[in-house]
Amino acid sequence: MDSGSVVEPERYEEQHVHQVYEQIASHFSSTRYKPWPIVKSFLQSLPPGAVGLDVGCGNGKYLPVNRDVFIVGSDRSTNLVKIASQHQPHAAVVADTLALPHQAGRFDFAISIAVVHHLSTPERRREAIREILECLNEGGRALIYAWALEQKDSRRGWDEGHEQDVMVPWVMKTGKKNPNEDGSTEKTFQRYYHLYRSGELEADIVAAGGKVVESGYEKDNWWAIGQRDPGNKP
Amino acid sequence: MKVLTLNFLTCAVKACKSTSAAFPLHPKDCELVSDTLEANPKLLFNILPRIDWNALIITASELGFPTLPPTPPTPEQLENDPKMMQELHTLLLETQISEGSLVCANCSHEYRVKEGIANFLLPNHLV
Repeated sequence: MDSGSVVEPERYEEQHVHQVYEQIASHFSSTRYKPWPIVKSFLQSLPPGAVGLDVGCGNGKYLPVNRDVFIVGSDRSTNLVKIASQHQPHAAVVADTLALPHQAGRFDFAISIAVVHHLSTPERRREAIREILECLNEGGRALIYAWALEQKDSRRGWDEGHEQDVMVPWVMKTGKKNPNEDGSTEKTFQRYYHLYRSGELEADIVAAGGKVVESGYEKDNWWAIGQRDPGNKP
Repeated sequence: MKVLTLNFLTCAVKACKSTSAAFPLHPKDCELVSDTLEANPKLLFNILPRIDWNALIITASELGFPTLPPTPPTPEQLENDPKMMQELHTLLLETQISEGSLVCANCSHEYRVKEGIANFLLPNHLV
């Protein structure tokens, strides 16, 4: 791989993921408040005093689920981290999923919900999962969610056979006080997603040096719980 | 940013992460503010064994707090000493770094803290 193609996905994600979230942060946050059931029960099952990570925490909607544990959330978007950092007793910092500011082997758990699907190459998605798994201690578990290709009953309607790399519009009302130049009051942002097909998330966890403890499908998403696997030397 | 958070952060540079010099990060020119937060004994008792106590001693002393004991209190000691519990709660959860920098002793990179938010995004030459 030449240096040109190493830089490219980063710039691409900067434009089609990071800048979009930074601009839609507050509107996005107002639509993200209901925790998904499996994430909620994963967090509620943790013993008091457990310390973990929420990688790509967004507005921190999972932070209020359990106040007897300590979670350090991280996200690329400063505007979202400002919102997330208000959930006590937890914390949130601005960081890149591929360069987490955490020690290896230190954490009891991690969640990364709807994040790795924003990385635009297979190598970078696996690298993100590797980065998360490395933070876990022995027995530590990471719950990872990614948008599913197979969701024919959703309003997007994608299914097996569809292109997996897609642009998904986010429509934000600008309000009548701040109309666009043509007088319209909606602004559309395009976000990049890689839609995971059945089995792909589990394969990425194994490719990242981990093992899959449990996995499944919930609300148009694939999810998997991964652990570090000392016996897995890819 | 809470003092407790600093105990779970290190330098984001790959080459630094595995070195002992990169942890803990060192506060520089930091302004502190104090939040009022209801104490949660269940969290405090149980998180103590998860804290790197030696790193906390360094952080507390660099922020100008009184010297901590060389070993963490046991849950029994804490339970019988409400004053110690309140002091730990104040140090770990109520004390916030509002402005300043966090410095890696391995690569000397400084991470800015602005309005209580620490930023670990790396400049291109460090990625």
